[in-house]
Amino acid sequence: MWRSIQWRAGLIAGFLALSILFLVPTLVDRLPKWWTKFLPTEKINLGLDLRGGMHLLLEVETQKAVESALDKYASEIKDVLIKKDIPARQVERTPDGKISVVLPDAKANDRFSQIRAEQYGNLRVASLREQEGKFQYLLEMNPNEAKAIEESAVRQGLETIRNRVDQFGVAEPVIVPQGDKEILVQLPGIKEPQRAIELIGRTALLEFKLVDEENSLEEALKGNLPPGSEILYQKITEKDTGVVTRRPYLLKKRALMTGDVLTDARMRIKSDFNEPYVSLDFDNRGARLFDQITAENVKKRLAIVLDNNVYSAPVIQERISGGKAQISGSFTPEEASDLAIVLRAGALPAPVKIIQNVTVGPSLGQDSIDKGLRAALIGAALVVIFMAVYYGLSGLLADWALFLNIVYLMGAMASMRATLTLPGIAGIILAIGMAVDSNVLMFERIREELRLGKTVRAAVDSGYDKALFTIIDSHVTTLITAVVLFQFGTGPIKGFAVTLSLGVVINLFTALIGTKVIFDWINFKKQLKALSI
Amino acid sequence: MGIQILGKTNIDFIGKRKYAFILSAVLVSVGILSLVQVWRGQANLGIDFAGGTSVQLKFEKPFQLDKARHALEVNGFKDSELQQFTEGNKLLIQLKKSTTEGKVADKIVSVFSKEFADNKFVIDSTTEIGPKVGKTLRDDALIAVIVSAIGMIVYLAWRFEFVFGVAAAVATFHDVLVVLGIFFLLGKEVNLLLVTALLTLAGYSLTDTVVIYDRIRENLRLHTRDPLAAVMNRSVNEVLSRTIVTTITVFLACIALFLFGGEVLHDFSFALLIGICVGTYSSVFVASPIVYEVRKGKKVKIRTRR
Repeated sequence: MWRSIQWRAGLIAGFLALSILFLVPTLVDRLPKWWTKFLPTEKINLGLDLRGGMHLLLEVETQKAVESALDKYASEIKDVLIKKDIPARQVERTPDGKISVVLPDAKANDRFSQIRAEQYGNLRVASLREQEGKFQYLLEMNPNEAKAIEESAVRQGLETIRNRVDQFGVAEPVIVPQGDKEILVQLPGIKEPQRAIELIGRTALLEFKLVDEENSLEEALKGNLPPGSEILYQKITEKDTGVVTRRPYLLKKRALMTGDVLTDARMRIKSDFNEPYVSLDFDNRGARLFDQITAENVKKRLAIVLDNNVYSAPVIQERISGGKAQISGSFTPEEASDLAIVLRAGALPAPVKIIQNVTVGPSLGQDSIDKGLRAALIGAALVVIFMAVYYGLSGLLADWALFLNIVYLMGAMASMRATLTLPGIAGIILAIGMAVDSNVLMFERIREELRLGKTVRAAVDSGYDKALFTIIDSHVTTLITAVVLFQFGTGPIKGFAVTLSLGVVINLFTALIGTKVIFDWINFKKQLKALSI
Repeated sequence: MGIQILGKTNIDFIGKRKYAFILSAVLVSVGILSLVQVWRGQANLGIDFAGGTSVQLKFEKPFQLDKARHALEVNGFKDSELQQFTEGNKLLIQLKKSTTEGKVADKIVSVFSKEFADNKFVIDSTTEIGPKVGKTLRDDALIAVIVSAIGMIVYLAWRFEFVFGVAAAVATFHDVLVVLGIFFLLGKEVNLLLVTALLTLAGYSLTDTVVIYDRIRENLRLHTRDPLAAVMNRSVNEVLSRTIVTTITVFLACIALFLFGGEVLHDFSFALLIGICVGTYSSVFVASPIVYEVRKGKKVKIRTRR
């Protein structure tokens, strides 16, 4: 008997020490060096609902990635046809995701079909129509290739957003894929949510396009858009009044160069005007390309376009070699530095749409913690007092079990780096309620046995024995529920399930040996005549 | 011995089952009706289920609700619902119409910075949820609840008997439906936090029921000659003091949350408070009588394995 008591007490004390060890990093702000070297540093994280922060669910518009791949094919085919001198009427992407190629005669058709078979075997001919000597091809992408593009759009998007957030500097961000094409972003404790949204949600597709100076902008604005050109706008903010005007530009649709050739982008300040701008560095290929473009287009205007907004359209004064360029506009320093971040991190392969945005300000978070904590403490105090009054000294034992439960649970959560949310607190409340209930069950059973006239020792033993299976049954049913909820639930329900299942398992341990060992110890030391219960 | 609330009782719970069934039938009907309304999107759904926008502001000085409402109406937010928390001068604005354009929260905030220029505020929280997400959250919650009910029935069927498992599930759903019905009648909001509260009280109610079943099983073994009704009544009476003590302790914890927990926990703890009372009632008056109704004609052959 004595050995068994020692063994159980040791187990309880061991777990207690372990829990406290794991809890220290959560409770102590600054850990000494020797601690971080050898001892656990895992912490309980507070969920966004408690500490404030931002929770975004982004949907990657993967269809757009497929479309731009098709656009790329179309423009490649066009280039090949021009190079080989095959007359083609039209090469373009259709709205339903195919590439339409129209050839004027049979000779052109023969040569094209040869090129298609040799170079574009992956594009299947969906239909081929012959009408008045003209041939119209509809080419479509292999569904597997389309799927691969969609998947990589999500993967790359995730990587790019992670890069941007890292450079923006947020502590402990969560950026994970969810479902097929969604990305979950959680930024705890963020102060400027709007800025973060701009940073994450922006596609950041940088393009260099020539201004179309052969055609008239006025005519184009009236609706006579020349083929191969488009109208894009520049936003101009009046510095003193803050009035925003939109200035139209007629640009050649075709991008001469895109942002994928950047190696670096930095915010700099023009010393003479104290005006921020973004400097760009190109890689070798980009430098060569830029050199060639500027050489061919001296005295023409080159527009710098980001996400279909014109930033500036300077006149190319001379050939620029050396692989550097800059984007100026009327930026604030924050805007310029955020722009540099998104350019450095690269463009998203497809635009993203924000389908869920939950932002909790730090003040509400703190408020919730304070009030929730105070309420929980008052509640716990009421329960502790009630148990002590109702069950006497045995009630104090139940309180001891309650204390063990809470410390174990917190320690376990810290060791798992679990996140504590509001629903998680609900789970803890349920688990603690069950802990109290276990003791009530046993004590009521012991009272029944005592009423039957048994000795204290026999009553305690048989009370525990009889309550044991009830406790196991109720805990296992709850555990089943909790595990299923964890498996199938999302977000808040998961948070609830985590604390509940941990709590139930821990409670089984404390209920079975936490209080019984003390009863046993007392009974071992002396023969009790009466029990305070 | 410490204090005792109840001595030995001898209440005929099974005999009163008719009244209990009638009362429960009424309450559950309301619950089912509200569940249907929730499913159709007709109830007061929170924006996490319905989709939409909510903004909570904390002002420096007290403000007039009418003025806030007027400011929103003038600026094109006619369908917004306002709620004022006088403690801390807080205002909750909800727009339960999901738009695809987004940035509704920003627009609402800018309305207030314009119209309430003399009363500074901080943004406590903003939430924007697209319609698709709302539906997903609703479906996920339902699937999780159904699967866990099945798991529970299987376990109880193995430990006791199939009818016990089903009856426990019925009693648990009974409680969830009753609380949902009460929330619906009071026009309170149905949101994810309420679902968490419902899951919590389902846990309590289940524990309560299992405790009573356990005693019934034990007594069926000890008193094999007694009629089923007598055994059941004896069992419920024997565990009655435990039922009440547990209810009191949980009630104490929840009342603290209800009174001091702040606006976030207010509805949550309210649901728990009702739920605990309903759960206690159902484990005594619903769970066991259902088993009785199914089993009364037959010879009881309950598994006595432990």
